[in-house]
Amino acid sequence: MIRAQLPVLPLVLTLAGALLVSMLGIVRPRVAWPLAVTAVGAAALAAVAGVVDVVAHGTRRYAVGGWPPPWGIEVVLDPLSSFMAAVVACVATATLIAARRPAAQLYGHTVAAFYALALVAVTGFLGIIASGDMFNVFVFLEIAAIASYALVASAGGAALAAAFRYLVLGTVGASFYLLGVGLLYALTGTLNMADLAARVPAVSGSPLFVGGVGFVLVGLAIKMGLFPLHGWLPDAYTHAPTPVTALLAGVATKAAAYALARMVWYVLRPMELPVPLVLTWAGMAAIVIGGVLALRQRDARRMLAYSSVSQLGYIALGFGLATPVALAGAYLHVLNHAVMKASLFLVVGAAVAAGGRPLVGALGLGRHMPVTAACALVAAISMIGLPPAGGFFSKWYLLQAAVDTSRPLAVAAILVGSLLAAAYMYRFTEAIWAAPAGHAGPSDPPASMQVGLLTLAAATLAIGLASAALMDAVLLPAAAGAF
Amino acid sequence: MNYPYWVAIGLLMLGLYTMVAHRNLTKKLIGMSIFQTAIILFFLVVSIKRGATLPIVVPGPVEAAAYMNPLPHALMLTAIVVMAATSGVALAILIRLHARYGTLEEDVLAERIAAEADEPAP
Repeated sequence: MIRAQLPVLPLVLTLAGALLVSMLGIVRPRVAWPLAVTAVGAAALAAVAGVVDVVAHGTRRYAVGGWPPPWGIEVVLDPLSSFMAAVVACVATATLIAARRPAAQLYGHTVAAFYALALVAVTGFLGIIASGDMFNVFVFLEIAAIASYALVASAGGAALAAAFRYLVLGTVGASFYLLGVGLLYALTGTLNMADLAARVPAVSGSPLFVGGVGFVLVGLAIKMGLFPLHGWLPDAYTHAPTPVTALLAGVATKAAAYALARMVWYVLRPMELPVPLVLTWAGMAAIVIGGVLALRQRDARRMLAYSSVSQLGYIALGFGLATPVALAGAYLHVLNHAVMKASLFLVVGAAVAAGGRPLVGALGLGRHMPVTAACALVAAISMIGLPPAGGFFSKWYLLQAAVDTSRPLAVAAILVGSLLAAAYMYRFTEAIWAAPAGHAGPSDPPASMQVGLLTLAAATLAIGLASAALMDAVLLPAAAGAF
Repeated sequence: MNYPYWVAIGLLMLGLYTMVAHRNLTKKLIGMSIFQTAIILFFLVVSIKRGATLPIVVPGPVEAAAYMNPLPHALMLTAIVVMAATSGVALAILIRLHARYGTLEEDVLAERIAAEADEPAP
């Protein structure tokens, strides 16, 4: 019986968690962390159960409130959405476990507000992924975004300006998306994705359709931080508090990337428009320019932020190449990037908490923080794309797709991106391992942070080992749904 | 005939221009609100039908074609809630920015933040 509820279960768990944390946590701040981790952990279990269920029994649909689609709002659990929900919920669980100490230090007795907002944000991300309704996606985009703005601003100081910039650009992105949905609704009279997908072929020649597709895609590209619309991303990631950056860098842009893939390949399918071409070029430009900018940064967090711009380029490139292998590779890269980027931001946070400065060359972990440094190394290997880490396999599939579609420029961009990643990650890890510690006795972070870091590092290696099985069972069927 | 659409497009452009052209963050926020309001206007214009009446069902036979489409109104109620929440968070951020740096002019603010970053932490 509970199987029928699987599509909405992760969402309901995190939302209920947010409510409980905000009510109980204000009275007793100590219960906020255990409650939040329990809620998001339960959501992760439900999301993983959703993947297993989809692999075994196929797509599951849930009509919210008993209103049948296309009138009511539908929540859909298919191979793609179940996979993305599991990625978001699992990475969010690891970052919230690791957040315990830094959040307690930063927020003191108001720490419950942080966990409540984080859970609301995760609810928003899960909602974007689960929803089968165009307008409902807008609502969840904004639920996630408003919580994210507040979380980024919570550091005070320079983060306030970064949060305002993020807010203005994010709102423009969401408004563009809403305008696009309005045009498509005026054209087809439906908001349900499956219904819309069935009606699109009849109207795909209309100028209104072109406008709708354009606004929807530009809006989602802003939310995703796709080059050249990534203006909000570096400042927000640099100035936000550590646990917030780890959470947002891990999952926020991925939920928007998912929405972009869903619209382009499963709902609107604008075959007559040069959308794949635009995504391919934007992806290639993002990979190279993001990588070059990352190389030029002195602040480690800003370097990781530009590295995110570069890695999101790989995901967009996969969407643009438009073969089953390319799409599946891009989905795998979503998972890899979520895991490794959350891990790297936690490493920087741990180094700063131990007294280091957040500069690439001066992290000074030395040999005093072996666990943190080892996790940084694993994530760096994955970022560069070396086996056996997960990052190698997603880049390999993307490379294969670029060769298959005979795009020499895409092949070059993927390889240059990896070289750039090797260069900037080398500076980063070299500083961690070789630089002498500039201060007395830094040590590994508290157990909660180590558990989070080790989980993410182990996941990086596990993804590498299990990537073939993951591709066959989940990702290739998910990509096949697009063709 | 299609004047309301042109008004919506004009407001969209005005909002975007205000966000890009002004250095003052409050004015950017005002531009953002105009931009969002234009989209609400657009949705409402879509729902309007010549010669139709308000979508309130009265006893007796119902002819759907005689009513305006109520769905965009319901959607825009939600969008207005989203807009209010966004503006609330934005205003809260602006208040804290002004309290800390004493200005909302973008370039002055950037200078003061940069100056603060150069100083050693207290």
